[in-house]
Formats: sequence, structure tokens, C-alpha cells
Amino acid sequence: MKRIEAIKIIADELEKELVVCNLGFPSRELYSVRDRPENFYMLGSMGLASSIGLGLSLSTAKHVVVMEGDGSILMNLGSLATIANHSPKNLTLIIFDNESYGSTGGQPSYTAGKTDLAALATGAGIERVLVVDSPQKLREAYRKSKKELTVIVTKVEKENADVPVIGISPEDIKNRFLNAVKKSIT
Amino acid sequence: MISEIIFNELICFGVDFATSVPSNLFKNLLSLLDKNPEILHVSVTREEEGVGVAAGAYLGGKTPALVIQNSGLGNSINALASLNKVFKIPLLILVAQRGGKGETIPAQIPMGEATPRLLDAIGIPHYTPKSVEQIPKAFQRAKKSFYTYETPVAVLIEMELMKNEKNRSY
Repeated sequence: MKRIEAIKIIADELEKELVVCNLGFPSRELYSVRDRPENFYMLGSMGLASSIGLGLSLSTAKHVVVMEGDGSILMNLGSLATIANHSPKNLTLIIFDNESYGSTGGQPSYTAGKTDLAALATGAGIERVLVVDSPQKLREAYRKSKKELTVIVTKVEKENADVPVIGISPEDIKNRFLNAVKKSIT
Repeated sequence: MISEIIFNELICFGVDFATSVPSNLFKNLLSLLDKNPEILHVSVTREEEGVGVAAGAYLGGKTPALVIQNSGLGNSINALASLNKVFKIPLLILVAQRGGKGETIPAQIPMGEATPRLLDAIGIPHYTPKSVEQIPKAFQRAKKSFYTYETPVAVLIEMELMKNEKNRSY
């Protein structure tokens, strides 16, 4: 499964969920598949997608979906411990694992070697951790993730889609997201 | 207790969400944050992680603070620049400013000296009350910058200011 296919499967399921998407190609792919005000596209601060998602899930009643990468979560493993100990029910953390740093030239990450992300998440204390490698399993896992904190490690190919850069300014990304959150409260 | 004064300033600021990494200087403040339901307190494993959690809270409608030692400012610089500055996501950073007068740990001194310059370098306004009486003014100024420029702002709390704090262990 290509990552853009996996992103499309989730994007097709989205209603009012808030999405935090990792920087680089994942954000570009989500932008090209389904741009919406409820998408927060990261542009920098690699490693912080899951943290932003945690802060968001603890601050709103809306469901929060984080689209994270293997290289990025490896930068911030402590985040798994923080997430586990707060266990917000409204958080689904999807880690697209392509075993590489796909936006910087495809250098292998340690998940290409000995490291097991699902075991790390479980060891951090997250109770519901799923590993999927097909579109159907991803869709099923996502649909079942809405009632409790869930991590879905999604195995994807190394390929980046040929998609344009995000054509919205950082401030516009933020402002329309904030407006979408406000609307969802009232 | 000086920590109570600082806690009340956080409430006056409008802070309703705080992330923190432990600091001796803020021992009493952190326990106030744990006890008080007005501020949701999330302790994190590393300061940069706290910048991310606080940014998420802001996007969710909260007014966040990050409570750290200056030693942890170093590992937060990129996030403060490429997340908060880029998107104009404000954040109140309460910094235990180690490395100044009264410091006994040599490892605190280089970051202590560098902290104001590091904040200047990435355009984060910072305020350092030199007496207990100056604490409210520092927070008022920080609040003005927070809302006017939608930027991270820092209030630096020096050891000298906390020297009359009860139960101190530093």
C-alpha cells in the first residue's frame, strides 16, 4: 500500500474530525487528496505531530486523528509515554511506517532494522495498538478506533506521490483550523 | 509564598492549560498546578514535546503555558521557531532561570548566560522581574505581547527572586 492510498482511505472516512498531519510529503499528500479546514498541516517542528494531537485531544471534545511517520515518532518517543498516561479517548494516532525518512531522500530509519514501533507504543503503556498492512485492515482499524485511544501502525511503501506543495500560508492554515474548532464547539 | 503569587499571575493571564518538565525552583508551583483544576496540567518528558502539546492546546481553544528550566529551552528552539513563530501560535513560557547569582551547579551556568540571548535570537520577548513586587508587571507585559504579536513570550524567574520561598531545595 502506498502512503497516499492509506491517507485517502482515512480522508474518505473523515467527517468533523480534527487532523494533525506530519510535515513534508504526508501533508502534501493529504492536501492533494482532501484539503479541509480541519486539517492542520505541519510545516516544521519534526517530531511533534503526536504531541500537537495530544494537546488538541485534551482541549476539545472532537475526535483527533494524527497522521505521524516512523522517523518523526522516533524523534519523540517520550510522547508515547505522555499519551499513554493521559489516554484521551478521542485520539487516534496513525503512524505511517515506510521504514525511511521519505521527505529527505529515503534514508532508512531504525524501523527498517530492529525497532518495533508497535512494541514501543505498547511498552509506553498504550493498550490498544494495531498493526495493519492493507487498505481493508486500515479502514477497519480506523473505524474501530473512535471509542478509545488507539495507535495504528500502518505499513506503507517508501514512495512519495508526485503532488504539489501546500498552497496556503501558515497563518491561513492556523486561522481556518481555529475557526473550524470554534464552529464545532458552538 | 512566591509560588502562589506566580500561580495567581498565571490565572490572571488566562492560562488554563500548562505543560511542564520538573524544576526544583518550581517545586511548589508544580504542586499548585497539580492541585488546581482551573489549569489542566500535563507533565511531559522533554521540553520540546511540551511546546507541541501546548500548541495543540492553543489550537483547541486553550491559553497554554510551558513551565520549564532554562536548560530545556535549548531543546525547544526549533519547535518555537518552526511551529510557534511560523504559524503565530502564542505560548507563555515560564522559565526557571538557573545559572545566575547563587548558582552552585557549574553545568547550569552556560545556558543561564545564553538564555536571554537565545530568546532574543528567535524573537521571543522576555521579562525578568527583579523583585516580588515586579512580578505582576512582568506578566502584564508578557500578556500584551502574547496577544499583540501572537508569539511565544517568556517570563524568567531567577533564583535570587525565589530565595525567600519556603521549602526550597536548591
